[in-house]
Amino acid sequence: MKNRGLALKLALLILTSITLIFSFVFIYNYFFSRQIITDNIEKNANSVASATVNRIDSVLRALEKVPENLAYFLESFSYDGGDIMQLIHSVIENNPEIYGATIAFEPYAYSSNAARFAPYFFKSKGKVEFTYILYEYFYADWYQIPKELDRPIWTEPYYDVGAGEIVMTTYSVPFYKTVQGERKFMGIVTADVSLSWLQEMVASIKIAETGYGFLITKNGTFVTHPASDFIMNETIFSVAEAKGDAQLRELGREMIRGNSGFVPFRSMVTGDNCWMVYAPLSTSGWSLGVLFPQDELMADISRLNRTVLFISLAGFLVILAVIVWIAGSITKPLRLLSKTTEQIGSGNLDVEIPMIKSRDEVGKLADSFNYMKSSLKKYIEELTETTAAKERIESELKIAHDIQMGMLPKVFPPFPDRAEFDIYAMLDPAREVGGDLYDFFFTDEDHLCFTVGDVSDKGVPAALYMTIVMTLIRTKASPGVTADTVLGLVNHDISVDNPSAMFVTLFLGILNIRTGELQYSNGGHNPPFLIRASGDLEPLETTHGMALGIDEHFSYKSKRVFLEKGEAIFLYTDGITEAMNEKEELFTEKRMEKELAALKERPVMGVIKGMLEKIEAFSEGVEQHDDITMLILKFYGG
Amino acid sequence: MLLGKSLIRSRMIAALRIIICCMPLLFLHKGVTAREKALKKASLIPQWVPQAQFAGYYVAKERGIYEKHGIDLTIIPGGPERQPSDLLKNRKADFATMWLSSGIQMRAEGTNVVNIAQMMQRSALMLVAKKSSGIKTPLDMNGKKVGLWGPIFQIQPRAFFKKYNLEVKVVRQSYSVNLFLRDGVDVASAMWYNEYHTILNSGLNPDELVTFFFHEHGQNFPEDSIYTLQDTFNRDPQLCKAFVTASLEGWRYAFTHPDLALDIVMENLKREHIPATRVHQKWMLERMKDLMPALGSHILTGTLHPEDYQKVAQALRENGLIREFPEFTAFYRNCGAHDEK
Repeated sequence: MKNRGLALKLALLILTSITLIFSFVFIYNYFFSRQIITDNIEKNANSVASATVNRIDSVLRALEKVPENLAYFLESFSYDGGDIMQLIHSVIENNPEIYGATIAFEPYAYSSNAARFAPYFFKSKGKVEFTYILYEYFYADWYQIPKELDRPIWTEPYYDVGAGEIVMTTYSVPFYKTVQGERKFMGIVTADVSLSWLQEMVASIKIAETGYGFLITKNGTFVTHPASDFIMNETIFSVAEAKGDAQLRELGREMIRGNSGFVPFRSMVTGDNCWMVYAPLSTSGWSLGVLFPQDELMADISRLNRTVLFISLAGFLVILAVIVWIAGSITKPLRLLSKTTEQIGSGNLDVEIPMIKSRDEVGKLADSFNYMKSSLKKYIEELTETTAAKERIESELKIAHDIQMGMLPKVFPPFPDRAEFDIYAMLDPAREVGGDLYDFFFTDEDHLCFTVGDVSDKGVPAALYMTIVMTLIRTKASPGVTADTVLGLVNHDISVDNPSAMFVTLFLGILNIRTGELQYSNGGHNPPFLIRASGDLEPLETTHGMALGIDEHFSYKSKRVFLEKGEAIFLYTDGITEAMNEKEELFTEKRMEKELAALKERPVMGVIKGMLEKIEAFSEGVEQHDDITMLILKFYGG
Repeated sequence: MLLGKSLIRSRMIAALRIIICCMPLLFLHKGVTAREKALKKASLIPQWVPQAQFAGYYVAKERGIYEKHGIDLTIIPGGPERQPSDLLKNRKADFATMWLSSGIQMRAEGTNVVNIAQMMQRSALMLVAKKSSGIKTPLDMNGKKVGLWGPIFQIQPRAFFKKYNLEVKVVRQSYSVNLFLRDGVDVASAMWYNEYHTILNSGLNPDELVTFFFHEHGQNFPEDSIYTLQDTFNRDPQLCKAFVTASLEGWRYAFTHPDLALDIVMENLKREHIPATRVHQKWMLERMKDLMPALGSHILTGTLHPEDYQKVAQALRENGLIREFPEFTAFYRNCGAHDEK
């Protein structure tokens, strides 16, 4: 992901988010809409079921009244055989729904010489027919069950062959006689009722295409069902057994227990998923079930969901296309810019920045690139000029340095044919050109003039100043002149017209190489050391001179000292004593004296080089701020 | 409730059906081939409707097993309107299936029938109660209402009541179990292969029921057996033997091909317009497979054991259903049946 292009990142992130949003919306919509429909179906189902149950119950309840009234009559009034015949006959005649009726007596209950008495009137081909029931009816369900239960019952439905293979059920009401305060069972009044109307009523329930209603008895036997094989043959439990469907069996048990409910259910006809509402008949205890096929009732919502899904997918594709286009329009100029920038980076400032027409951030970026490119170009041109100038100055400085260094005597030994003394000096400039100086020359045959100085400033001005000072010393140090005179003359010359207020400390000595007499004057410079033949180091006495270039009228004094054979004088600038290491500690005069004492036995060059090594060891490579200048003169005498 | 009236009508229809069914046979008779001529004609009436209780006979006929054994068999469907004892006595049927006890009773009443095969070795008769009635052991039946069928079906229950010293209120039970289902009785009689399953398929779960199998209470009366008249046997013992052998073969075939057997059973029931469900017939066939061999065996023998005969005959006599009974050897003719080794 990190290394992928912007377009891909954009597409992935946005599309993932959109997919999540679409999915959430779709799933929510799917379940919520289904829930609404399911709730509506449940409401509708409950009302369909209760309406149907009420219609059936109202018919059955009206039919129940007929034998109940008959039983009431038998219990309340005295009657004879003619009354009974008349009663049953009128029941059949006056009640179109009742196909047959009887009053069946217990053995010898009607008459002491009739073991059975059960006159039966029934409809046949539109006429009312009569027969006695001749078989032992005492053990028939319609007789025995209400007798044993002591209450009226609706029998399990049965096929009546005589009435033309129609499904019938019988409502049986027991009746009693109170004899000497004891309630005695007398027999059963029945009404046989065709269930054709009930079958038609339930069969007329059509829910969508395949939804249907069915009715089961207390035993779970189907009274009506679209599958005609089921009617009066299968029970809901035998169907459950055939299908190995334990849930169906449990549902059947719920139904015959007289419970009601709304449950998911698989159609016994199509096998499709349905909901089923079930409710009991309050009269017979049978149970009505009505199936609501899910797929069909959900068809609209499924279509809606499909449409939503299609729109979502189409929207997804449109957004994909838009993202690809936007990402392309952003990244294409960016890629061009990036390629161009690479070329600029590699130094090609003349490359053309691609024209970007849009005025958006990318367009502005392209403008900025253009501006940056021209600025860079200008800057580099300027920089080239500046660098050239600087290089020129540097080379000039280098020349200045060379000239400066060229002024210093650098060939050692400088006077190889003179055995009276030995001299060595060095100047290590801190910058390209330094402000220190040293020099030595013969003023006449026997007198060697030598000097060490330090200009107050550094750099080119100091170098120029030093050049002037050196030139002046050479000019003023004529034969026979004294050190204080030279300093006075040089001081006078540089003090006059000195606008930059520069000054120089200077030590100047003139040694008679025959006698060892050293006459010297010190203009504010560090006092040199005498290295005595005894080995002692002793600073030269001061002449109380002032640095040169400050007071043109200053009067310098000279002092005189004699060097014995083998004795030497060591001159230096404050670049040595103020040499610094990393911890900003100074080299100090004390350390220099110590090192000098250690080095004094060496030849002149060895002393100077040794001292320089010590300073370098001390400073540990730290670049020094000040020039380092040393000069040593050793006297051997004539 | 029109059982009485419908009985008359259906009896007429059935008679008509037999005539119609036989008519093609009458016409065909002249054109039969030489091989068919060799077949001996015979007829069987099972003691009830063509349910799986008689699957073996119907399968044997359908699969040509009787023909293979030289018999051209007609099966007369049984039912409430046709008693096998009547048809046997009146020579309307050559063979009939009945309970062992019915056969003994018939012989005792003077009809000279012989048992030629004891097909079912175990008793399927049972008592069943709802646990909700508080009955868990035989002793809990004291003072309860118990539904019992006709006299033949009462021998075992009465012996059972005697054994446990029970005072029960006997209620005559019809062929339906609705009285029991509606709590009109606390205990019902049931055949394991029939009514018990009807109860299950009326929504009662086995764990809600308590069962009392008579064979578990020392009252194992072998049930279905095949009978013929003594003189029929004397005239053609080979026919009887062939019939028993073919019938046993038919049963074995039915047990090894239950789906085919059920197809045949369902077809016959449909032809008789008897409402039937395949699951019920399947249950019945499976129970027949359990009940026909002796307990703990899987082999069909068709053998009547003298001790079983003595036990049932004595029980009949004790209950006053018969006065005396013949010798075992006079009653039973082994027709190719074999003892289980």
